[in-house]
Amino acid sequence: MKRFRFNQQEIVFAVFALLFLVFSIFLNGFLTTENMLTLLQNVAVLGILGLAMAIVVIGRGIDISLIAALAVPPGLVLQMVQNGHSLPFSLLIALLLTIAFGLVNGWLIAYAEVPSLFATLATGLLLAGLGQAVLFQLDVVQWSRGMDGFERLGQGTIFGIPTSIVMFAIACIVVAFLLRQTRWGAYIYAIGDNPYAARVTGIPSRPIIVLQYVIAALIGCFAGLVMAASVNSMPTRVFNSTLIYDVILVVVLGGIGLSGGRGGVLNVIIGTLLIGTMLNGMTIMDISYAGQNLIKGVVLLLAVITDSFLNPRNEETAQQGDI
Amino acid sequence: MLMRDTITSLRYRYWPDHLLGEILSKRWTETAIPVILLLIVGFAFSRSIDNFLSPASLADTARQAGEIGFIALGLALVVIVGGIDLSVGSIFALTDFCALYLLDVAGWPVPAVVIATLLCGAMLGAINGILVGYLRLRAFITTLITLIIYRSAYDLLIQRYSNAIASAFPDIPSWDFIGAGSVLGIPTVALAYIVIAIFGHIFMTRLRPGWHITAIGGSRRSAYNSGIPVRRTIALCYVASGALTSVGALFFASRLGTVGGDIGVGLEVIVLTATVLGGITLGGGKGSVAKSAVGVLIVLLITNGLTTMNARGGVNRMALAGILLVAAMVDIRWQKNRTRIISKVYVAPTYHELPPPPPTEIGQGGPFEQNDKLRDVEAIGLGRIEAPEDVILDRHDNLYAGSRHGDIMRFLAPDYQKMEVFAHIGGQPLGMAFDREDNLYVCIGGMGLYRIKPDGTVEKATDETNRSMRSVNDDSRLRLADDLDITDDGLIFFSEATVRYEMDEWPIDGLEARGNGRIISYDTKTGTTRTELRGLKFPNGICVASDGQSILFAETFGCSIKRYWFAGPKKGAVEVVMDNLPGYPDNINLASDGNYWLALVGMRSPALDLAWKMPGFRRRMAKRVPVDEWLFPNINTGCVVKFNEQGKIVESLWDLHGENHPMITSMREHRGYLYLGGILNNRIGRYKLDKADPNFVQYDKRWGKAS
Repeated sequence: MKRFRFNQQEIVFAVFALLFLVFSIFLNGFLTTENMLTLLQNVAVLGILGLAMAIVVIGRGIDISLIAALAVPPGLVLQMVQNGHSLPFSLLIALLLTIAFGLVNGWLIAYAEVPSLFATLATGLLLAGLGQAVLFQLDVVQWSRGMDGFERLGQGTIFGIPTSIVMFAIACIVVAFLLRQTRWGAYIYAIGDNPYAARVTGIPSRPIIVLQYVIAALIGCFAGLVMAASVNSMPTRVFNSTLIYDVILVVVLGGIGLSGGRGGVLNVIIGTLLIGTMLNGMTIMDISYAGQNLIKGVVLLLAVITDSFLNPRNEETAQQGDI
Repeated sequence: MLMRDTITSLRYRYWPDHLLGEILSKRWTETAIPVILLLIVGFAFSRSIDNFLSPASLADTARQAGEIGFIALGLALVVIVGGIDLSVGSIFALTDFCALYLLDVAGWPVPAVVIATLLCGAMLGAINGILVGYLRLRAFITTLITLIIYRSAYDLLIQRYSNAIASAFPDIPSWDFIGAGSVLGIPTVALAYIVIAIFGHIFMTRLRPGWHITAIGGSRRSAYNSGIPVRRTIALCYVASGALTSVGALFFASRLGTVGGDIGVGLEVIVLTATVLGGITLGGGKGSVAKSAVGVLIVLLITNGLTTMNARGGVNRMALAGILLVAAMVDIRWQKNRTRIISKVYVAPTYHELPPPPPTEIGQGGPFEQNDKLRDVEAIGLGRIEAPEDVILDRHDNLYAGSRHGDIMRFLAPDYQKMEVFAHIGGQPLGMAFDREDNLYVCIGGMGLYRIKPDGTVEKATDETNRSMRSVNDDSRLRLADDLDITDDGLIFFSEATVRYEMDEWPIDGLEARGNGRIISYDTKTGTTRTELRGLKFPNGICVASDGQSILFAETFGCSIKRYWFAGPKKGAVEVVMDNLPGYPDNINLASDGNYWLALVGMRSPALDLAWKMPGFRRRMAKRVPVDEWLFPNINTGCVVKFNEQGKIVESLWDLHGENHPMITSMREHRGYLYLGGILNNRIGRYKLDKADPNFVQYDKRWGKAS
C-alpha cells in the first residue's frame, strides 16, 4: 500500500488557502479588491527578493547581503541623479557596483571558501557601511526631478495590473527560464544537490557559484529600483530592518530546502503569497511591529524545524564546519 | 672556493634555520599572530590619539572588555563545538532587562537578581541548545531566528516597562560595586573576567568536558562514533553561552542601568569579529580562551579608537566587516594549507663537509679493500622474520632478534630452526643488550627504552629525558632510541638518533645532516634518565669500551666513531676514534680478541657527499621535489669491519653479491660465529669466523661466567 504523504508545497498551499479563508471571514476589509491589490503590491518586492534568494539557496548557499544590494545601488542612482548626473549614467554606475558586489561575494564563497552565511553577513555590513559613510548624505535618499518617468517601474498599472506585480511576474519568468531552460540552471541544481559530485563530473562549480551571487545581487538591485520607484525615495535604513528574514521565510516556507538542489520559482510564489497574506492580516489586526516580528520569528522557526524533519541531517552525514 | 665554503659553513652553523619550521608547527603561533596584531593596533592608536593609554581610558576599556569578553567566551565555546550563536546580542538585551526589571520594578535583593538573571540567560541559551543540539537545526539560521524572536520580545517588554525602569534610582552599594567598583585599581568586571577566563582555560585544556567539546568541533562524526554525548554537549555549550552573556549583561546593567532600544544591536557582529580575529576557527575544533581575550581587546581598541577619532557610524561598520572578512579568509586559508607550509619549511639542511673517502675498490689496497668473505653466509629464519635490526644471544646460546611487527623473536639453540615470540612490545625493536640478571634491554623506535625479563614480561624502563631549555620542539620524549650498552655499574647508555624526525623519516634527518641526535643515560639503580651528549649527527651504535670507563659510539651521518668518557680521569671528554669512514657506521659490538666489530650500513656516494656541502640545493629539493624523489643515503651495500682501541681497521668482511645477506645493520660474535642483522632483511645471517675463540660468549665476557 502506498503511503499517503503531502509534500511541503501542498501543505504550504493548503495553509495559505486556510489562512486566506480565515482572514476573509473574520477580518473586516481583508477581502476587498483594494486590499488585495495592496497586498500584492506589498509582496512584489519581497517576491523578487525571494527569487534572488531561491537561486542561491538552490545552489546550497545563502545570501544575507541581499538587503544591502537592494538598498545601496538604487540609493546610489537616486543620489547621483540628485547630484546632477544623468539617469542612464547613474544606472550604469549602480549596475557596475552591483556586479562588483556580486563578484566579491562569489569570490569569497567560491574561491576563498568562506562559508556563505558568514561571507554575505560581512559583505552586507560592508556595503551598507559604505553607503552610510561615503555615498549617501541622508538616510532616506529623496526623489529628484531627474528621475521623472522612472517611477512608472513601481507605480501605475499595465493592462489594469499594478506595475510592481508585472515586474514580479517578469522576474519570475526570467528566473524560471534561467533555472529550467539553460545549462547554467542545471549546473546550479547539480551543485546544490551535491557540490563534490558536481565538481568531479567536471561542472565549473566555482564560476557557477560566482554567477549565482552576481545574479542574486542584480535581482536584489532590480527589487530595490522597483521599491524606490513605488515609494518615490530610497529609505536606506531598510538594511537595519528584518526584511531579510521575510525573504528567508518566503524561500523556506515555499519549500526550497536549505540543503539545496530542490525547489523552483513556483515555491517562491507560494511562499510569497503565504507571507504576504500573513503580514497583511497582521497589519489589519493592528499588531505592533515588534509583535509582528515575534510572530514571524516563531513561524520561521517552525518552518526551519519542519524543513529539518523533511530534509534530515544527522551526525553521520553532517559536514565538517557546516554551520 | 675555500672562502665560499667557509662562509657557507659559518652561515649554517650559526643561523638557526631549523627553528622556523619548529616554531610554525607549534600551536601557540596561531595565538601569537593576533597578539602581535594587538600590539600593533595598540601602538598605532596610542601614537595618533592622546591619552589613549591613560589609566582612566584603560579602566574604561577594561570594563567594556570584561563585559564583551564574557559574551566572547560563550561564543568561543559554541564556535569550538562547531556551531555559532548569533542571538547573543538579543540575549544580552533581554537579560539586561531582566536584571533591571527585577531590581527596580520588582524590588528583589541583589543576590536574587544575580541568580535570576543568570538563570534567564541559561534558559534562553537552552532554547538555542535544544534546537541546535537535539533537533539538529542549522546553528546559523536557528540563532538568527532566535535573535529576531528575543529582540522582538525585548522590544515588546521595554514598551511597557522602560519608564518604570528609567524612573527608578536604586541606591544599593553592592549593586554599584558590581558596576563601578574596583579592587586594587582593577575594575570588578575585569577581575571577574580574569577568574572565569582562567577557569575556562583549565576547563578547555585539562578537563574531560572541555576535551569533548574540542573533539566534537574537530570531527562530529568521530566524536559520535567514539561515544561522546554529542547532542547533550552541544546543547550545554549554548546554555553556557547564554549564561555567560547574561553575566556580561549583569555588569552592563549595574554600570549603566538603562534599557535603551539599541542595546545589544549588532553586538553579535562585534563578538563574532573578536572571536574570528582571535583565531578561533569557524567550523570548530580549534580555539582557546587566550585567543578569545586577544580578539576582544583588538576589536575594542579599534572601535573605541575610531569612535574617539569621530568616524561616522558607517566607517565603524565597514571597519568591523572588513576585519571580519580578512580574518576569516586568512584563518580558512591557513587551516587549509598549514601542514603543507610546515612540511615545506620544516626540513632545514645544514653544511656538512667530509674529505674524500678512503678507497674500497679491489686492487687499491687499504684496510677497506673489498673481498667476498660473506658470500656464503648461511641464513637463519629465512622468510620467517622481518627487519631484525639487531641480534643478540643469551648465555644459553638462544638467538634473539626484533621484528617489524613489534615482537622480539627467539630462535632456540642449537639449530635455530624453532622460532617463537619471546615478547610482544608493539614498536619496532632496535638495539638490544643483556644485563647481569639476564634482563634484555631493548631500544624501541618511537617508544623508548624497554626491559624484558627472562620470563618474557615487558616493562618500560624510560621514555623521557630532561627537556632542554633551548629547544623549541619538546625534546623530552624519546623519538628514535637506537642502540644501547650497559656499564658495570648498571648505567645504560643509549643513543637517540634524532629529535626532529620520527623513525620512518630517518633519511630526512640524513638529508638535513644537522646534529639532531643525542646520547642519554639511564641509571637502573635510581631510575633516572639524563641527557649526556647532544648535537650528534645521527648517533647509532654504542659499545662500552674495554677500559670500563668510556663508551664508543658511531655517528652514522658523521661517518665517524667517537669515544665518550663517563668515568675516570677524562670524565666528560669526547674524542674521535675514527673519522672519514667510507660508509655509514651502525652498531658496534665486542669481538673475542678484544677488538670491536662495526657494521657499515651503507657506503657513501659522491652525490650525497657533494650535496652535503650544498645546503641551499638540498633545501630547494625539499621544497620543490616530492619526497620519494629526494636524495637518499645508500643503504644497499655495506660491510662489517673490525677495529682496535686505537681506531685502526684490522679486518673487513664484504659480500660483493648481496645474495645471502643483502644489508647489514648489526653483528654479534658468539662461539666462533658472527651473527648478522639487517633492518631491511627477512633473515639473520651466520658467518663462521676463522681464527676466533670458539668459547666466546658476550655475556660471559661482560658479566663473568655464571657458576
